[in-house]
Amino acid sequence: MEFTVLQVLWYFLIFLLIAGYFVLDGFDLGAGVLMPFLAKNEEERDIVRRSIGPVWDGNEVWLLTAGGALFAAFAPAYATTFSGFYLAIMLVLFGLIIRAVAIEYAHRDVKWRSFWNVLFVIGSLLPALLFGVAVGNIYAGIPMDAGGNYTGVPLLGLVTPFTLLCGLLGLAMFCAAGAGWICLKAPVGSDLRERALGMRRIMQVVAIVLFAAISAFGHFLIQPDMVASLGALRWVCAILFGVAMVASLAIGAKGDNDIVPFICQSVAAVALVFLLASSMFPNFVVATPDSIGPAISLANASAGDLTLAWMTGIACIGVPLVLAYHVIVYRTFRGRLEFE
Amino acid sequence: MDLFTDVVFLSRLQFTLIVAFHFVFVPLSIGIGLITAIAETRAYKSGSREDADAARFWVKLFTTTFVIGVASGITMEFSFGTNWADYSRFVGDIFGAPLAAEALFAFFLESVFLGVVLFGRDKVSPRFYCVSAWLVWGGSCLSALWILIANSWMQTPAGAALALDGSKAVLTDFFGAAFNPTTGLRYFHTITAALVMGGLVAMSVAAYHYLKGNHLDFARKTLKTGVVVALVATCALFVSAHSTAVGVWNEQPTKLAAMEGQYEDEVPPLYFFGFVDEQNEEVVGLGLPGFTSFLATFTFDTVYPGLNSLAETEQFDGLNPSELPVNAIFQVYHLMVAVSGILALLLVIVLVGMKTGKIENWKWLQKLLVIAPIFPLAAIEAGWFTAELGRQPWVVYPSVSGPDGVSLLTSQAVSTSVTAPELLLTIVLFCVVYLILFVAWCRLASACVKEGPVAQHDGDEAALSFVEKLAGTAKGGE
Repeated sequence: MEFTVLQVLWYFLIFLLIAGYFVLDGFDLGAGVLMPFLAKNEEERDIVRRSIGPVWDGNEVWLLTAGGALFAAFAPAYATTFSGFYLAIMLVLFGLIIRAVAIEYAHRDVKWRSFWNVLFVIGSLLPALLFGVAVGNIYAGIPMDAGGNYTGVPLLGLVTPFTLLCGLLGLAMFCAAGAGWICLKAPVGSDLRERALGMRRIMQVVAIVLFAAISAFGHFLIQPDMVASLGALRWVCAILFGVAMVASLAIGAKGDNDIVPFICQSVAAVALVFLLASSMFPNFVVATPDSIGPAISLANASAGDLTLAWMTGIACIGVPLVLAYHVIVYRTFRGRLEFE
Repeated sequence: MDLFTDVVFLSRLQFTLIVAFHFVFVPLSIGIGLITAIAETRAYKSGSREDADAARFWVKLFTTTFVIGVASGITMEFSFGTNWADYSRFVGDIFGAPLAAEALFAFFLESVFLGVVLFGRDKVSPRFYCVSAWLVWGGSCLSALWILIANSWMQTPAGAALALDGSKAVLTDFFGAAFNPTTGLRYFHTITAALVMGGLVAMSVAAYHYLKGNHLDFARKTLKTGVVVALVATCALFVSAHSTAVGVWNEQPTKLAAMEGQYEDEVPPLYFFGFVDEQNEEVVGLGLPGFTSFLATFTFDTVYPGLNSLAETEQFDGLNPSELPVNAIFQVYHLMVAVSGILALLLVIVLVGMKTGKIENWKWLQKLLVIAPIFPLAAIEAGWFTAELGRQPWVVYPSVSGPDGVSLLTSQAVSTSVTAPELLLTIVLFCVVYLILFVAWCRLASACVKEGPVAQHDGDEAALSFVEKLAGTAKGGE
């Protein structure tokens, strides 16, 4: 199969946007999931909320950008996954909606605060768990009709041992990043930081174990058809993931350095996304053996080169701007928070 | 009931609900965003404590509102894929790029600097804070531009051609598609309407405090800002309304015919109000003969094709006039026009009240002004319904100047893998979730308005130091 340069470029750019989302919104989703386990009173919950308050919205835009770019560059992949995983995607959506409002309203709406706190946790948990399940499905394959529409059982048809493991790995990675972020932002010596430190270790170990299990499962039972020329990239990503996770655990073991373990955790997250990309290339959605329609891939899902060329131009202007905004806001709000 | 198993109907119902909800908070955010940025600028320039209090009030009201717009906006981008998969496959080459650009150029701008506005008051310089408020507002205006590029392309496609296998539209000219025949008109129309909304919200807040006799100085300044914004925006709105109507006249004949309930070829009158008898295909109502013709062409005798003869043309052969909700389109269009008229009248009365200085005593006018934001809101929603119902039965409209074959019927655009029970479930969930959000917003927004600008307590060091910094910069700037 021959692909144009722009098609291959955009295949990996989509995964880069997803990686950006996984790293950035990863920690604030994780912080939301872990809030009931880490923060035991309203003061501590306030620290959790304020630690992500100025940045979560910008982080989430990475998801909207990835979604928009997928729509623009590979519309059939966007259409098949979003409509095929309908109820799961809707649960993700409801999660993102209630979470967005909950985090903004919790501090200014004293009467309903406990209600908003619950919504914030549920709203963080739903996307954090379901993204991995969705990825498991596109990797393991789904049945489709000739038009590329999902023909399996709604929602429950998407839950298999493999996809569930993928969901849990995603959740563990989100939580590890979330705990790592709380470690960075919580006051030194506070109970909140101590709990976050312990949680970060647990979640990282869980993530490594799940990664090993999924790799074995994926390798022996699913046996996907992988592009041979990307074998080296797959090894680099897998090793980078392992090294970064172990480094994060080792450097963070003493608990006197929070920034390096957080960066290592983020590097591992990026490695994981690119391991997925290099294992799936050139597919976006794999077809199961009983599928009537073929896999959704670069071959049958790409927008025209003129669209991709304009998208490249838009990205060349837009991405540096976005990175500049992020630098400004993360610099403005750097440093630890204090109890009020 | 058939309707409960009809996937096309349910998909449309769901999209109508979520867009109508989102579109309450979009004009509110863009409108209040401008008022907030103006208040921040005034506080930055004057350095006075009262202006700083007022600015903080507006930031609070703005952020309370903006977050609902952000949250409900995520739904749109998901919905094209979840519920309109065949639409997405057809338009992906063209429609996706503006969505991606909207996220890159607009969403990041507004969300990142919203973080500064929400949490950065004591972290950044007053100048940077003020700039951030403008950037959030600018981001929301840019967001409206990109989404209206996408939406206008559905109304009047351009810069595209049908793929050789007929499966989708492909891009042939980026600027042609982005600046299609109605992008500019519809953007101008939408933004001016949103700014009228902002002006009316400011006037409403001011009127509330006049009535209560609180914060009178704040009320006076706010009223003035609101009136200026509303007046300028309303004048621009009438210009944009006219050019939007001309755009419809030129490009979307079936929409125009439906707006005036016109089934047969005739010189279109301008109805003030009326009712479309869809059975007998006639309008019962009061109108000026030939005036719609006059508004579009400056002549009183231009014959315009009716729905029945349009349906017989090759271009519009998907149209079945008996299935088109002509009366609904007629009513929402005339509601928009009527409410805009009321709004203009209200503004004139307010101006008279301000000139004569009687506005502070006219309780009836103050009471009216408190609820007055409902008028632009009704007009905006009605206008949106006119635009979107009017393009039925197509989702990509076969406009007059559009490329051959680039059109898609709404009934062929839905996701075939989504079933009616799933849709019913999500419609119920949307109703529940959005109702909760709406109630929460009403509580917080009304509490915020009732409280008004809060003077800083001496114990509040962060805010005080900000005021001092402000005073320092103001002096330094002189």
